[in-house]
Amino acid sequence: MDQIKVQVKDFNFFYGQAQCLKNISLDIMTHEVTSIIGPSGCGKSTFLRCLNRMNDLIISTRTEGTILIDGTNIYEKDLDVVKLRKKVGMVFQKPNPFPKSIFENAAYGLKINGLKDKNLLAEKVEQSLKNAALWGEVKDRLNDNAFKLSGGQQQRLCVARALAIEPEVILMDEPASALDPIATAKLEELIVHLKERYTIVIVTHNMQQAARISDVTVFLMQGELVEHGKTSEIFTRPMKKVTEEYITGRFG
Amino acid sequence: MKYSPFSIKHLQQTFGFHFLRFCMGVVILILIVVFHDIFSKGFGIISWEFLTTAPRKGMTEGGIYPAIVGTFYVTVLTTIFSVPLGMGCAIYLNEYAPDSKLTRLIRMSIRNLSGVPSIVYGLFGVALFVELFNLGTCLLASGLTLGLMTLPWTITASEEALKSVPRSYREGSLALGATQWQSIRTNVLPYAVPGMLTGTILGLARAAGETAPILFTGAAFYLPFLPESLSDQFMALPYHLYIMSTQHHAIMQVRPIAYGTALVLIVLVFLLNLSAVVLRYQLRKRYRE
Amino acid sequence: MEIHLDQELQKLNTDLLSLAALTEGAIHKSIEALKAKDQQLAEECIRDDERIDELELKIEEETIALLALFQPMAKDLRFITTGMRINSELERVADLTVNICQRVKDMAARDKVQVAPPADISKLGEIAKWMVRRAIDAFVSGDENQAKEVILKDQEANQLRTTIINHLIDDIMTKDKKTVPQATALLLAARDLERICDQAKYIAEDVIYMIQAKVVKHHPERLSEET
Repeated sequence: MDQIKVQVKDFNFFYGQAQCLKNISLDIMTHEVTSIIGPSGCGKSTFLRCLNRMNDLIISTRTEGTILIDGTNIYEKDLDVVKLRKKVGMVFQKPNPFPKSIFENAAYGLKINGLKDKNLLAEKVEQSLKNAALWGEVKDRLNDNAFKLSGGQQQRLCVARALAIEPEVILMDEPASALDPIATAKLEELIVHLKERYTIVIVTHNMQQAARISDVTVFLMQGELVEHGKTSEIFTRPMKKVTEEYITGRFG
Repeated sequence: MKYSPFSIKHLQQTFGFHFLRFCMGVVILILIVVFHDIFSKGFGIISWEFLTTAPRKGMTEGGIYPAIVGTFYVTVLTTIFSVPLGMGCAIYLNEYAPDSKLTRLIRMSIRNLSGVPSIVYGLFGVALFVELFNLGTCLLASGLTLGLMTLPWTITASEEALKSVPRSYREGSLALGATQWQSIRTNVLPYAVPGMLTGTILGLARAAGETAPILFTGAAFYLPFLPESLSDQFMALPYHLYIMSTQHHAIMQVRPIAYGTALVLIVLVFLLNLSAVVLRYQLRKRYRE
Repeated sequence: MEIHLDQELQKLNTDLLSLAALTEGAIHKSIEALKAKDQQLAEECIRDDERIDELELKIEEETIALLALFQPMAKDLRFITTGMRINSELERVADLTVNICQRVKDMAARDKVQVAPPADISKLGEIAKWMVRRAIDAFVSGDENQAKEVILKDQEANQLRTTIINHLIDDIMTKDKKTVPQATALLLAARDLERICDQAKYIAEDVIYMIQAKVVKHHPERLSEET
């Protein structure tokens, strides 16, 4: 515990001429859930996607500063992005299972990383589905198309898919925004369980959700880190007035 | 709140509705007339013999077998040339190429090329393949020319198919540590290929019915034999039809043959289009599941 | 930006002030009844307590509903939880005034030997009244200095209570056994008054939490800290 997993230092992110992230410095601790909140367009998703360099896919972006994961700068020139993304998994806003069977979805990451042994594959798929609290619901229909699952199940399948390649950090970009309250509750329960083994960073619009599941809350506004601290402190006694206005719904 | 059919608004609506219906009616009517004309005049001559024998007696008798085979050969050549090239080009443009001014210029040029008249391709084919590459007028030169003509179609249709694969499939696999090529191969192409093929087949159907590009590059007025190599000339349905309806010395006498040829060509194009529709249906089913 | 929750909070505020007004009235009546040994006034004060109890229940329901329905955060959360506590603290004050009135009735029942209420009792009564009012003022105005004054004043109330008790025991009860019934009632009343002061102190501590998110309960040293 209390070990720094991700260390963001004076990080800037530019999209064309626009600066989306301004001088962000932040330490993310091992085995904690860190939630990032802030108004739409504040750069919270952008920030999350900087942590596994998903923003590389977008043309004409530029970064300054460093992000260290386990002490390695992930923006170093000769860094293997593929290895980084194995270590830093991601779950997206909308459940995005591939149009393949449930098994194939969970096995995808393993297969592209070269695992061929069928028994080992089956074993790991089962384990990751169990870890994502989905095994009991799908064990009899692993060959069904993933699209037949409900939205909540699909999202947990996406979590299982990410868990299968044994990442150390899991990024979640508003993972419950397309789910109903019950599916949301299940996913939140899962997140709280997962933090025993993983370091989780979650972007959310839902402040109650951030309050319920995270240890640390980060408040971003217009690309700047306004305030961060223990979730219980941020939600009962924020230091800054804008934070207070935002979390009490008096913003703007 | 009572409904009054003669208020201005309702009259406008009634008029608009009937006008649109009239437009559609005209189109359908033209189609029916054309089909009826070809079917009624061409159906009589269609027989097994017509389909399987060569023309005889100065093309006033006999069948159109060499033309069918020639069209088949040239379409296969077109496919071999334009499909892999077009798909590869589309994959590069859509997946790899940076969104720069150059890329946009290239894409715009490709779109424009698909609107260039086919006779221009025909002349270009003569200049490039027949003259410069010294291939002579032959099957290969025609196939390449038709291939060139269908390339813009293939590329555009393939790009559209690639675009219709959700971004999330790509991001999802990249986030799992896939390389870009792995992501394209395992998570983009399987879902895009049927769509790419659909567009491509529509392009080929158009190519199969073209006269101008093969006119100077390889199609023959009359050949008593089938082409045996790529460097042979060949007969083709559209060109045959063109001759039978405008160039023949006994034009009234061969009119039924011309109609029969037209019918065969239409059926051929129809079959190609039908296969595209079936493919598209299969594709949708696969996505929905 | 004004939001729907603000209107609800305003309503809660108004109800709390009504409760405070009723409670202050009860303190006033009980002290007057004690000073004059006025049984009728005592009865009236005891009857008034019903209304206070009802209002307390209403406010409690209101605050619980606000928590459940709005899931308030930060200062809203602190306002509502503080409101909840002030609600029960005021109700406790009202109960203490009922106790005092009960002493007045006890004295009337044992009236063979009269003991006059010492002057310090009415002084303590004034302090209790002042502390409650000041604590409520601090709540209304969000003025932490007023709350601090209340907390500091509690010491004075404690001393005064000790003085009164000593006086009643040493100067009255030990000198004449027959004074014991009435002197005991007065002694208990003095203790009740001091407890009202304690409640006022608690209210003041809650108000400081509400304003500064700083817990000063059990940590008097934090009072002088600057935030």
